[in-house]
Amino acid sequence: MEKSLLAPGHRACAGCAMPTTIRLVLDAAGPNTIVVSPTSCLEVTTTPFPESAWCVPWIHSLFENAAAVASGVEVMQKRKGLDTNVVIIGGDGSTFDIGMGSNSGMFERGHKILYVCYDNEAYMNTGVQRSGSTPFCAHTTTTPSGSQSQGNPRPKKDMPAIALAHKVPYVATASVAYPVDLRRKVKKALQVNGPSYIQVNAPCITGWTFEAGLMIELARLAVESGLWPLLEYEKGELVGVKKVRRPKLVEEYLKLQGRYKHLFKKAECADMRGQIQAMADANIAKYKLVD
Amino acid sequence: MSEKTANMKVVEGSYAVAHAVMCCRPDVISAYPITPQTHIVENLSQMVADGELDSEFLTVDSEFSALSVLVGSSAAGARSYSSTTSQGLALMYEVLYNVSGMRLPIVMNVANRALGAPLNIWNDQQDAIGARDVGWLQIYVEDVQEAVDATLQAYKIAEDAEIRTPIMVCMDGFVLTHVYEPVELLDKEKAREFLPAYQPANILDPAHPKTFGAFADPTTYTEFRYQQFEAQLKALDKIEKVAREFEETFGRYYGGLVDSYQAEDAEVVIVTMGSVIGTIKDAIDAMRSEGKKVGLLKVRSYRPFPVQALRKALKDASVIAVIEKDVSIGSEAGLVTDLKAAFYNSKIRTPIIGFTAGLGGRDITVKDIRKIVDKAETARKGIEFEFEFLNLRTEIL
Repeated sequence: MEKSLLAPGHRACAGCAMPTTIRLVLDAAGPNTIVVSPTSCLEVTTTPFPESAWCVPWIHSLFENAAAVASGVEVMQKRKGLDTNVVIIGGDGSTFDIGMGSNSGMFERGHKILYVCYDNEAYMNTGVQRSGSTPFCAHTTTTPSGSQSQGNPRPKKDMPAIALAHKVPYVATASVAYPVDLRRKVKKALQVNGPSYIQVNAPCITGWTFEAGLMIELARLAVESGLWPLLEYEKGELVGVKKVRRPKLVEEYLKLQGRYKHLFKKAECADMRGQIQAMADANIAKYKLVD
Repeated sequence: MSEKTANMKVVEGSYAVAHAVMCCRPDVISAYPITPQTHIVENLSQMVADGELDSEFLTVDSEFSALSVLVGSSAAGARSYSSTTSQGLALMYEVLYNVSGMRLPIVMNVANRALGAPLNIWNDQQDAIGARDVGWLQIYVEDVQEAVDATLQAYKIAEDAEIRTPIMVCMDGFVLTHVYEPVELLDKEKAREFLPAYQPANILDPAHPKTFGAFADPTTYTEFRYQQFEAQLKALDKIEKVAREFEETFGRYYGGLVDSYQAEDAEVVIVTMGSVIGTIKDAIDAMRSEGKKVGLLKVRSYRPFPVQALRKALKDASVIAVIEKDVSIGSEAGLVTDLKAAFYNSKIRTPIIGFTAGLGGRDITVKDIRKIVDKAETARKGIEFEFEFLNLRTEIL
């Protein structure tokens, strides 16, 4: 394997899916790439001045403006007649929530930019607060479980649908546990003459609280349970679905994570587990995940 | 018709500024419409549409995104331009610090306007004064011609290798953006000679990968800020030098950091910024004809704040009255506070009084200037008040 474009020695937690995701994305994109990142764990852990783990040009400005910054980078590449890949890599907080206006503007203007969201389903950099991406019943520090609460009361925001509503010509979901699939999708997205969006399931060891070494296993279980279907849309049409051979029960996925442990302690939470299973079943039916 | 007047055209202030921007040849323009800035960007859009201006013009979802786009374009090597005002500038606030912190030499015209609440679309300077500490240079102009000329000068200052600092060219909204007056539009070729192509030292380039916008901990953060501070101090000389170079090429000079009118022997000196200067000059002419020794000191560069130039220019005044279109609620106002601070450790012990006036577009008249001068003459004998709202309508309080 060639040398990675994300150098070792960064400060991400052992067992974090973010650097693995970046490495897979950069492997596929290659060195002729400029990366734009919003504020996140990524920026803090990979660029403590005067060090940088980035072997491609990289710029961070603010939490909510990566898509606008990338737009400026992209128009200038085009103006110079360069065919440089412009890739945004950001977390779910900036992607789903605070950067929504900027993202919407970039999608609508049709820039040739690949947006990769490493989705760890909460504001991890600030200490595991709920984001628009936090799934139903997940415990976070702002949606804690308690005598009157079963964790986050709302389902996850459907960000790929928002990208599709902007007529983004290539939209996909991917997983850090499926590297071949992720790399293929990145390569495909970079061929698109317009915006593209890939949302990668990226478990956070601190926020989800799981045993070291289970990161890939959890990401795989999310896919195999039907909670995280691997999908691919071209020009709004669903063109690719990763089939699941023998779907796992969501409980197998939930029970390995501290953020769901309250669901197994309280009797009344059986219903919550049932509701999460129903979400997975709905995905299995909707996307025909099982042959 | 003299050679000078031959090139004069009666145009709207916004058109004149847009024309100046065209002569600066920005690679990327990104802006969001907001009154009273709109005509500037509409004119630029038309110039691009007509092929007069070869720029990438991005229409965006907010002022926040407008300036964010320029962070990316400037870091990628583009000469980058925007324009905004009031709420738009406030929405950009976070990005303003980022642009200066990354040392991106972006130029922006600010069409100064009041901030809500209550909603008000008319002119004052609260917007830019409120952003005085964001690390941008701030030049305040007196009339449309100066707005035109300062815009071209701004790129030359901002892009200088020793400065590399963004600039706001502040012009009073409506008063200057919407007025039609005779202006000498810039000559494109002369502008090109005066302002060569942008040569950035560091850009986003895959052949030479660099990291922009890193994370700095307490061991290095202060030094980033210090370098910006140092660059602004260097800009004190650069602003003056560029103003003189401009004079050589175009024959116009407005002062670099400060300018004065009838100030040499003046006992009462009015200190201010922006378009109110025209009215003040008329008032001074009238009062001079009556034998009153009144003069004006115009602050052109508010950031960097020209401490030495102000000490030199105001050392012989008997009393100083500052008029400004902003207020620091709970204190006084920007210019008067900075001026007092500039004098405290000098030998100057001239009484200084401050007036906030013209908020939210209220007119400042010759009569008002006379009133201020009367109050200043009283203060010369002993200060009764340090700061007040001029023409406060007590009947509606």
